Amino acid sequence: MKAKIIITPKKAVLDPQGKTVQNALEHMGHAGVTGVHVGKYLEIDLAPGTDKAAATQALDDAARRFLSNPVIEDYRLEIVD
Amino acid sequence: MRFAILQFPASNCDQDCLHAVRVAGAQGRFVWHKETSLGDVDAVVVPGGFSYGDYLRCGAIARFSPVMQAVKRFADDGGLVLGICNGFQILCEAGLLPGALIRNRDLRFHCEQVFLKTVNPATPFTSALPKDRPSLMPIAHGEGCYFADAETLAGLQSRGQILWQYCDASGATTESANPNGSLLNIAGIANERFNVAGLMPHPDRAAESVLGSEDGLRVFEGMIAALGARRAVA
Repeated sequence: MKAKIIITPKKAVLDPQGKTVQNALEHMGHAGVTGVHVGKYLEIDLAPGTDKAAATQALDDAARRFLSNPVIEDYRLEIVD
Repeated sequence: MRFAILQFPASNCDQDCLHAVRVAGAQGRFVWHKETSLGDVDAVVVPGGFSYGDYLRCGAIARFSPVMQAVKRFADDGGLVLGICNGFQILCEAGLLPGALIRNRDLRFHCEQVFLKTVNPATPFTSALPKDRPSLMPIAHGEGCYFADAETLAGLQSRGQILWQYCDASGATTESANPNGSLLNIAGIANERFNVAGLMPHPDRAAESVLGSEDGLRVFEGMIAALGARRAVA
C-alpha cells in the first residue's frame, strides 16, 4: 500500500521555475503550451494491512501540516494498494 | 542580557550570531534544537544556514524540532525572537510570522550587499537603525522571495508590521533594488505584537566595520535597549 501526494504551487504564487521550463519547451519548438507549473511528488510506503481510512486521515493531516505549506501550495492525496 | 542562539542540524550562522550578540554587549548561549527548554534568557535568535539541508522546504523540518515549542511559549509570553535568513524561514513555517519565503524570482542564489529602508522604526529590532539613510547589510540566499496573500499583505502594511524593504542607495523601493522578487520589496517583518521579527538579510554579517557595515549591530543593540527598558519598569 502506498500514498501518493502531489504538491503544486498555488496559482497566486509566482512560479519562475515553471515559467523557465515553459520558455525552454517553446524554444524547443513545442507550440500551444500555455503554462507550466513545477511541483513535487511524494510516495509514502505503508505497511501491508494498514487501515486505509485511518491512513488517509493521518496522511491528509500530515500533508496539510508538514508535507505542504498551505500558504503557497496545494496538495492531492491518493492511497493505492 | 542573555540571548539564546538556536542550533539546528546545518545551521551555519550560529557562531556569527553569538559573536554579534557579544559585540553588541550582551551574553549568548547556544541551544541545541533537541532541548526542550531555552534556559533563563531574555531573547532568542534563530540563525541562518541550511537547516536539514533545506529538504522538503526551507525550515519545514526545523519548525518541528523540540526547541521550537519552547520558542513558541517564549514568544507567546512576549519574549523577543529574531529570525535571520533560514531563521526567518523557520519562523514563517512555524506560524510565528505570516507568509512564506519561496525561490528567488530569477532562480539564482544572491550573495550581495543590499540597502534596506527601515519602514517601521518603532520596534525593538529597528529602533537603533540609522534614521537618516538606508541600512546596508548582506544577503546570501536562494529562497528569499517573500510571499503572502493580498489580505495578509494589506494587514502587514496597515499595522506597520513591515520592518524592512529592499531599496536603492537613495531609499527608493524600486524593482531593480529588489534582489529576489519579494512582494512589496519586503525584506523583513514582525508579528502583530512586535516581539517576533524575521529578515532575510544578515545583521550578524554587518556587525563590525571590518565586514563593510555596522548597521546590523544596531538590530541587536535595539533589542538590548528594549530589554533594558522592560527591566527598568518591571
